[in-house]
Amino acid sequence: MAKILLEMKNIVKEFPGVKALDNVNLKVEEGEIHALVGENGAGKSTLMNVLSGIYPYGTYSGDIVYDGEVCQFNKIKDSEEKGIVIIHQELALIPYMTIGENMFLGNERGKKSAIDWNETYREADKYLKMVGLQESSKVLIKDIGTGKQQLVEIAKALAKHAKLLILDEPTSSLNESDSKALLDLMLKFKEEGMTSIIISHKLNEVSYVADKITVIRDGSTIETIDNPDRKIPEDRIIRGMVGREITDRFPKRPDVKIGDVKMEVKDWTVYHPQYEGRKVVDGVNMYVRRGEVVGISGLMGAGRTELAMSIFGKSYGKDIQGTLLLDGKETNLKTIKDAIKAKIAYVTEDRKGNGLVLSNPIKINTTLANLDSISNKMVIDKDKEYQVAEEYRQKLKTKCPSVEQNVGNLSGGNQQKVLLAKWMFADPDILILDEPTRGIDVGAKYEIYCIINDLAAAGKSVIMISSELPEVLGMSDRIYVMNEGQIVGELSKEEASQEKIMSCILKSGRGE
Amino acid sequence: MSSAKVTEALKKYAMVIALIAVMIFFQFSTGGKILLPQNINNLLSQNAYVFVLGTGMLLCILTGGNIDLSVGSVIAFVGGIGAVMMSKGINCWITVVVMLLAGALVGAFQGFWIAFVKVPPFIATLAGMYAFRGLANVVLQGYAVAVNDVTFLNVFGGGADCYVPDFLGGSGLNMTCMLAGVLIVLIYVGMTLKNRIESKTKGYENAPLFGELAKLIIISAVVLWVTYKLASHKGIPSALIWIGAVILIYAYITKKTTMGRYLYAVGGNEKATALSGINTKNVFFFAYVNMGLLTGLAAILTIARAASAQPTYGQGYEMDAIAACFIGGASAYGGIGNVTGTIIGALLMGVINQGMSIMGVDANLQKVVKGLVLLIAVLFDVLSKKDKK
Repeated sequence: MAKILLEMKNIVKEFPGVKALDNVNLKVEEGEIHALVGENGAGKSTLMNVLSGIYPYGTYSGDIVYDGEVCQFNKIKDSEEKGIVIIHQELALIPYMTIGENMFLGNERGKKSAIDWNETYREADKYLKMVGLQESSKVLIKDIGTGKQQLVEIAKALAKHAKLLILDEPTSSLNESDSKALLDLMLKFKEEGMTSIIISHKLNEVSYVADKITVIRDGSTIETIDNPDRKIPEDRIIRGMVGREITDRFPKRPDVKIGDVKMEVKDWTVYHPQYEGRKVVDGVNMYVRRGEVVGISGLMGAGRTELAMSIFGKSYGKDIQGTLLLDGKETNLKTIKDAIKAKIAYVTEDRKGNGLVLSNPIKINTTLANLDSISNKMVIDKDKEYQVAEEYRQKLKTKCPSVEQNVGNLSGGNQQKVLLAKWMFADPDILILDEPTRGIDVGAKYEIYCIINDLAAAGKSVIMISSELPEVLGMSDRIYVMNEGQIVGELSKEEASQEKIMSCILKSGRGE
Repeated sequence: MSSAKVTEALKKYAMVIALIAVMIFFQFSTGGKILLPQNINNLLSQNAYVFVLGTGMLLCILTGGNIDLSVGSVIAFVGGIGAVMMSKGINCWITVVVMLLAGALVGAFQGFWIAFVKVPPFIATLAGMYAFRGLANVVLQGYAVAVNDVTFLNVFGGGADCYVPDFLGGSGLNMTCMLAGVLIVLIYVGMTLKNRIESKTKGYENAPLFGELAKLIIISAVVLWVTYKLASHKGIPSALIWIGAVILIYAYITKKTTMGRYLYAVGGNEKATALSGINTKNVFFFAYVNMGLLTGLAAILTIARAASAQPTYGQGYEMDAIAACFIGGASAYGGIGNVTGTIIGALLMGVINQGMSIMGVDANLQKVVKGLVLLIAVLFDVLSKKDKK
């Protein structure tokens, strides 16, 4: 048996209100390619951040044994010195610097007082050759494609004398042939004795490169599957990823009559705001009825948020094409204000970044989207504001000392409730909830589910975007599956299952 | 009171405490001169422009730490227009309206680039700083132009009679001034009581009685004391009326109106504000037009006090205004700050300036001290926030 290069034992990492990692164990042998798979938010990236020292020693519990010794990394530099190099999903390259400059950023060649540029570019070229990139190291990063940029990242890692290479979703922004080249490169490195960990959603790729596959679910390691002949069926991996029991995690839906179609979009296409000609949403047709909860399932980057935001007053994308029908009438919502007036609300997935003003109290956040209704000719009626905030605090059972409390001091679950309160106060008929339970604990999740059911019971139309399959299955009357900007499946509550959704996504991905 | 509450109160009123400490220090080191009626009067009149500009600057800073570097140059420009108009015999009230409009137009011009074209405010207003300084020279043709309109001087705080006339004609003590002071205190006490009773009947949270009472007594005492000092000099300086009006109006705008709310929201989280259906561009535009308008008022006060306009006026005023905001607790990232804080920041700098001048401290050294005060104030803010995390 080969030597164990890395062992992570009983890793527990908590964020305020959430246990992101709960007793994770991972063993990686020297010279193998080890894949980490799991749903969004399962804890894969958190685990790698613990390993690389982004979360310093002491903020988690458990041991990291690397190359036979217990390690305590306090910063990225510490882990890099040992030869553990992580390549993040979002490329960390600076567009207006050359390949060579990027490769040795923070790791400069030459003396402390002066960088030796000849040495830099010679070394850079050497490593570029190793990854099979034909470019000169003096080319600017912005002038090469994402596939080549990914190779530069790997060359950069090699320049740091990596012994353990961690790739977080390395192929997420690559096309088919670039992905294949990258995976083959990984196999070539393996021949040369390199150990790698790859995090990926693309199970066909995982099954193609990995020697062992560890499945993480809800912050715990579920199993490690051997893949000696690189032919493990994807279904076998999926079973591990989703195979949890659904018990009473979802409140029962009261029997509500589902009404007429409230909103419908036809042939909805949205282009990327920066990249010319790139379709982010591609010919989507969907509808939602009164009193209905429609789930939109799919992986990160499937275009779900972009679809929602483009409907919500064109707050995302450009050259938006297609028709939007409200109550059967064609409507054009040019601004967010129009959308709010048309009684649509979009509850963002990024409550801290796009949803709440953290430095302001609960009451101010609650009324922000509908300030006119509590003010008289531009002057705010503070009494009304307080009453409104208080009413929603009680209705949603937000836990806080008072509505004067700054939102930044609340837990994730309570922040989410304030965000919901804000949009409920705007009195919408259609609510688009984007990942409404991301990063909040199970108890708060249940309460949010109850709120969603109440909204539907009151005749509102709810569109729920979620990456968590059990949530989509447990809450929705109907489910759309999205992948790469397209609706790739529509399932009724009765026929939907985790395997069916996953296979919709995987089949559409391979059909290209 | 628990010790946590004490530290919280200390943090909240740190700048007030600093102001009092600095005044006590100068009271001793100048042999009591700093609190002479004449000096109190000068402190307010001399710094009128800082109060006015600081208030305008606060609104810009609230939108996300954005500043306006052009205000000093715009004062020279708008002041120049006013002085030239009056020197040609144009009625002073028409002149005042034109000056305010000119200020607002300048603000609209810069605000347009900042809000709608997304030119970074620092650069847009740096450009304005050069351009309007040049235009000031053009308007004044490089000369100083005297302002002789007596009404203008009296109303806006220049010349020998720029005080509110004493209608009651007391001998020695200015009774109008004293009466005004008493009235202000009565109104203040009355409003505080009304608020407390109202919020009690509606069942809201009330501020602790002890703290509010202490605040009430201290503020009332300060108001009475200042009016007494002013009354024993020549009465209420007319500039003080304008300062008071600006403070009240903008305290109201920032606290009670929807636009005030939007200013804070944009600075706190611009994306979230936009996604709440608020036109954030209009908010930026408002902040800069308003800054222009208040710069117009500051220009009026400046040329009135100097009784002339010169192309060099207003240099460094933008920095005084910015410093007042930051010393007064405004966040350099936006979303945090208030009018009261800015006024206290302006007062703190004013007292330090005046105290050192009376002591005869070298002018260059005074600048060093000013710089250090700003640094310490912001440092305090940064460190106290770090504790929380």
